[in-house]
Amino acid sequence: MEARLFLLQRLSAALLAPLVLIHLGTILYAVRAGLDAEAILARTQASVFWALFYGLFVLAAAIHAPIGLRAVLREWLAWRGRSLDLAMGLFGLALALLGLRAVYAVVVP
Amino acid sequence: MQDQTGGPADTGQDGEFMAVRIWRGDAAGRYRTYRVPRLRNQTVLDVVTWVQRHLEPTLAYRFACRVGMCGSCAMTVNGRPRWTCRTHTAAVPGRASLEIGPLRNLPVIRDLVVDMTPFFEKWQRAQARFEGRLTRRDPPLPVRPESAARREADLAIECINCGVCHAACEVVAWDPAYVGPAALNRAWSLARDERHTGQAALRAAVGGDGGTFACHSHGACSEHCPVGLDPSRSIAGLKRWAARQGAGD
Amino acid sequence: MIRASSRHWGFAAAILHRISGIALAVFLPLHFLVLGLALQGATGLDAALSWTENSLLKASEVLLVAALALHLALGLRVLALEFLPWRGARKGLAAGAVLLALGMGFGYLAALG
Repeated sequence: MEARLFLLQRLSAALLAPLVLIHLGTILYAVRAGLDAEAILARTQASVFWALFYGLFVLAAAIHAPIGLRAVLREWLAWRGRSLDLAMGLFGLALALLGLRAVYAVVVP
Repeated sequence: MQDQTGGPADTGQDGEFMAVRIWRGDAAGRYRTYRVPRLRNQTVLDVVTWVQRHLEPTLAYRFACRVGMCGSCAMTVNGRPRWTCRTHTAAVPGRASLEIGPLRNLPVIRDLVVDMTPFFEKWQRAQARFEGRLTRRDPPLPVRPESAARREADLAIECINCGVCHAACEVVAWDPAYVGPAALNRAWSLARDERHTGQAALRAAVGGDGGTFACHSHGACSEHCPVGLDPSRSIAGLKRWAARQGAGD
Repeated sequence: MIRASSRHWGFAAAILHRISGIALAVFLPLHFLVLGLALQGATGLDAALSWTENSLLKASEVLLVAALALHLALGLRVLALEFLPWRGARKGLAAGAVLLALGMGFGYLAALG
């Protein structure tokens, strides 16, 4: 299992790298242009690109964050075993659901 | 008595002395301060030996070759794991005081002596022991020393199991299941050994709980290795090697 | 409090990577919840965004952007260490990663001003 988690973590990281860079770029642009919520939503709504972009972003983050957190909790709180794995699985699921809901919120007009 | 000064032959270079704190007791022990003559070309091992001979006959410590070959004299010197025979007192930073303790991440037997058993047990747990298929009646298997695999193995093979990397590693301190850089470095030298027949068991062991994937690339091991090895690099190779197979099961 | 054997760049990089990761993991669900307010239309989101106008939150925004940039940069360092056969040069990687991240954080600050 450790090998599989390692690969998922590294692959999701490789995917997140360009997505994060684009995301940081858009934040910078939005702040520079002084965009308010309405202006941002005008750009994201009914956009296939943003739907796919942020949908992918959410799923990659939902895989990446729990695996990383698992190592931290294991080492710094000495939490081990099935209960930790279950908790991290639930955390990933929560991120995916909340995240996809957020994508829906900004993409569907 | 907290402070102790010596008897005969205790005059240092120009009568100079230094305060040396040395760990006494087991894990529940404490540091005791000794007044030791400062000498030219003096190593930390010299200091410990001087204290044992002149001030504290019951001081327990390990050493063997005293010339930087065997790794027996590894201790914690001013917070860093080092070979004491290769640590000159002049070179220790903050040499106004010298603090000598047992190696970290291993049980303390007494004073400066640690129990190396868990260190070797972790080596075994990583399945890092050579298994060949030939008998003494067979001709030796030809291994080309310049092959990429053998060059990788040769970079890792010189480990003398002194325990310094193990003592330096923060993950070893945080995670009792982690086998540590020495065991994994040894495992890598076998993973790159074409004669080794136990590859499957090795892969399963290093790819499992407490194996190579527990390493977070801090690099303390390679920073501290007195032989100049690079366990961090070995572990990176081991991750790639174990992940390839791990994806299959 | 950091022991002497841990005073090396690799450890600093790993700790920064870890702390920024924890911060992001904590922030992300909140971020998703706030964005979900857009379900109530732009006014819901605007209300939330205007709440973030106060300077303490603006400061945490900058920190979060820096945390993201830092985590990305140090994560790239880990990927490089694990998948490319390095010898030495690690300190350079860690330092370079941190500088890159700080640059991005400052870029965000500059954009705000």
